[in-house]
Amino acid sequence: MTASGGLARFPPRSALPGFGLALGVTLFWLSAFVLVPLTALALRPWEHGLAGAWASVTEPRVLAALRLSFGAALAAAAVNLPLGLLLAWALIRYDFPGRRLADAMVDLPFALPTAVAGVALTALYAPNGWLGAPLAAAFGWRIAYTPAGVMVALVFVGLPFIVRTVEPVLRDLPVEAEEAAATLGATRLQTLRRVVLPALAPALLTGFGLAFARAVGEYGSVIFIAGNLPLVSEIAPLLIVIRLEEFNYAGAAAIGLTMLAFAFVILLLVNRLQWALRPWGRRA
Amino acid sequence: MGAAALGPARMSRAVPRPAAADPAWARRVAIALALAVLGLCFLLPLIAVFTEALRRGLAPAVAALTDPDALAAIRLTLLVAAIAVPVNMLGGIASAWCIARFDFPGRRLLTALIELPFAVSPVISGLVWMLLFGAQGWLGPWLQQHGIQIVFALPGLVLATIFVTFPFVARTLIPLMQDQGRDEEEAAATLGASGWQTFWRVTLPNIRWALLSGVLLCNARAMGEFGAVAVVSGHIRGQTTTMPLHVEILYNEYQFAGAFAVAALLAFLALVTLGAKALLERLTGRRASLHP
Repeated sequence: MTASGGLARFPPRSALPGFGLALGVTLFWLSAFVLVPLTALALRPWEHGLAGAWASVTEPRVLAALRLSFGAALAAAAVNLPLGLLLAWALIRYDFPGRRLADAMVDLPFALPTAVAGVALTALYAPNGWLGAPLAAAFGWRIAYTPAGVMVALVFVGLPFIVRTVEPVLRDLPVEAEEAAATLGATRLQTLRRVVLPALAPALLTGFGLAFARAVGEYGSVIFIAGNLPLVSEIAPLLIVIRLEEFNYAGAAAIGLTMLAFAFVILLLVNRLQWALRPWGRRA
Repeated sequence: MGAAALGPARMSRAVPRPAAADPAWARRVAIALALAVLGLCFLLPLIAVFTEALRRGLAPAVAALTDPDALAAIRLTLLVAAIAVPVNMLGGIASAWCIARFDFPGRRLLTALIELPFAVSPVISGLVWMLLFGAQGWLGPWLQQHGIQIVFALPGLVLATIFVTFPFVARTLIPLMQDQGRDEEEAAATLGASGWQTFWRVTLPNIRWALLSGVLLCNARAMGEFGAVAVVSGHIRGQTTTMPLHVEILYNEYQFAGAFAVAALLAFLALVTLGAKALLERLTGRRASLHP
């Protein structure tokens, strides 16, 4: 991408004009709308000292909310792994009537406003809903207004991430490797397990990380179906909203910063794991 | 998370040859399962929205959409998007111009910082503005003294929306312009074109479809955003409620028919966006990414 090999210079030498103006606009845009507000998030939790910040994130209600948000996000991302792989496989490897439509459908959770998803899922999984009623009658399961409802919403918002990250890798996977395995006597199942799955593992992990990151902070699709019972089905983003309504800005900022920090650590771990799983032959 | 994994990708498909093909029964089972997952997870909620909206017929749904508060919510949603989307379009074009056309130290950091808002929870995207401009915010008392309303008013809604839709245009343009290279622009400049002439006559025609697709996705998110605007809105009915917030208010008041009517309008908007996106993808041969 860089035309010159060596170190980049500042200001860059180029035949094209407009660098100063474009960089100026970019830096103003970035600072005013992103960096300054995020600085407030980094600084506000400490106004009652370290002890104050610690107290506001370690009270039982906050801990329960953080546990639910992170636990349900990880579990939902794990459920999405096989579902997403199945969808990506069917959409890339097979041709069937309606494939294009099905492919477009996968993006629905990205395009559908979260509040709409929230009320729709609640209507489906409520005790008298199309899915809630039969599930309650057959198994006695309650989905809406329980932590299970949180999971359902997070599976919905996270599924496309896995599909969309696995698809390009699956598409570019050399068929020769699978053919070679078959020629050498591997059964199809062995080929999938030993050849295809290892090649897809890094993409699956990336999708897992993205789905998880989205799910941890998810709000709109969750609050309708969760029931929002403190200590049971109350998610961390909702607790931020509640703290703001109590005018406890420092407490709200402390929860927000904790969420960002934890999410960052987990994404870092996913990245490291991905590095370890990198398939042979690909450049680092 | 490399940006390469997230950006647009080629859309051609490899057709597996016989030795690497799955048996017919496995193919059928996989397709059936995939369609079942799609139907259960995605199609059913969509059908539920429209069914609930029309449960008591068309008249109550239309009445809910033409209610003064609903009309105010629709107007506010359009207004917020009409301000936030151009801001991010201009910023996106400017950032793509300097990142994809010049080599300078810190280019990667700048790209990463532009993507940052996608890593942040919607609620936190609203919270940061409260920390600055809310009643207990850094500038809150000063604003109050001077009678300036930012949160619980239009400016707050716009700021929160700009934050959550910040990277859409930039992340569509940067990889495309990097792929295209700067030869054409350099040729134009060498032949004596001014900077603006080069941009309007060479760059813009080359990126117009990608720009349109970025703006489309940015707009869809701007109109549908819930969490970030919920925090800064104050939920003043008919004044600071956008369409998604209006859905929430009606739903919490047990006015389900009205809530689902507005929700159906938003769902329709999402379907139009998906259709336009699919069309643009076929036009450009590049996958447009709707997501963080």
